[in-house]
Amino acid sequence: MKVGVVTFPGSLDDVDAQRAVRIGGNEAVALWHGDHDLGGVDAVVLPGGFSYGDYLRCGAISRFSPVMTEVIAAAHRGMPVLGICNGFQILCESHLLPGALIRNDHRKFVCRDQRLRIEHTRTPWTSSYDEGAEVTLVLKNGEGGFVADEDTLDRLEGEGQVLARYLDVNPNGSLRDIAGIANERGNVVGLMPHPEHAVEDLTGAGTDGLGFFTSLTAAVFS
Amino acid sequence: MPRVVVDVMPKPEILDPQGKAVLGALPRLGFTGVTDVRQGKRFELELAGEITDETLEQVRLMAETLLSNPVIEDFVVHLPETEPSQVSAR
Repeated sequence: MKVGVVTFPGSLDDVDAQRAVRIGGNEAVALWHGDHDLGGVDAVVLPGGFSYGDYLRCGAISRFSPVMTEVIAAAHRGMPVLGICNGFQILCESHLLPGALIRNDHRKFVCRDQRLRIEHTRTPWTSSYDEGAEVTLVLKNGEGGFVADEDTLDRLEGEGQVLARYLDVNPNGSLRDIAGIANERGNVVGLMPHPEHAVEDLTGAGTDGLGFFTSLTAAVFS
Repeated sequence: MPRVVVDVMPKPEILDPQGKAVLGALPRLGFTGVTDVRQGKRFELELAGEITDETLEQVRLMAETLLSNPVIEDFVVHLPETEPSQVSAR
């Protein structure tokens, strides 16, 4: 599969995401924030970083970039879209995912190996995981507190859209320990921790993140 | 040049860590008696033409679309009040 990775001005983890896509067995296609088409890709990753300097609100300016118009339209047609960290913020600002991400409740940037439980595996990004799998991924954010109103949180839990939950500690004040969510259809996924930094033994906390990038292949052949 | 102001504030139920940081700093500086601080944003928009109901509606649309995130923030569109600096500045 061809997986597009969007680079915005201020993206940091786009090259790591491209590498993770390749290690996962797919072809990585570099997309630029000013692109008006998606170059025929089958899926899109919005990487972490500080797109547009986090000006106004994290993801608020990126959401209106030309490439996002295409990503939003494709997501509505069912294309798999994964937003990691800043990408998750962009997906919330785009209203492709409910809720929002606000400054960590303890007001400090957090950077740690974080244990998570994968709770939703019926998505093209998590189908390689066993439901309830406990994984360790790098978490690094200043504005990673997931918030939504009570009704939205109840709906996310009721519909099984909570993708992953923090274990051991809640690192940023996210309501109900939510680390990631999916849309109703399951094709759009947002995650605050970074699976693309956990795909090789050489660096990082291990290879627990690889499943996000092998799931696409598994989803196609299943 | 006609000017319109958009004030954006975090919704009351949303945690405001920046406001909390300011609240924590005030007593350390010897300022007492403040029980809560909420931090928001103020946008001042210079408009090309006269201010009409239509342009105000446009500004509301801007506020809803870009200047605020309605999931976590409330906004108010208004005309600039008497320059606050004339009241409060020394």
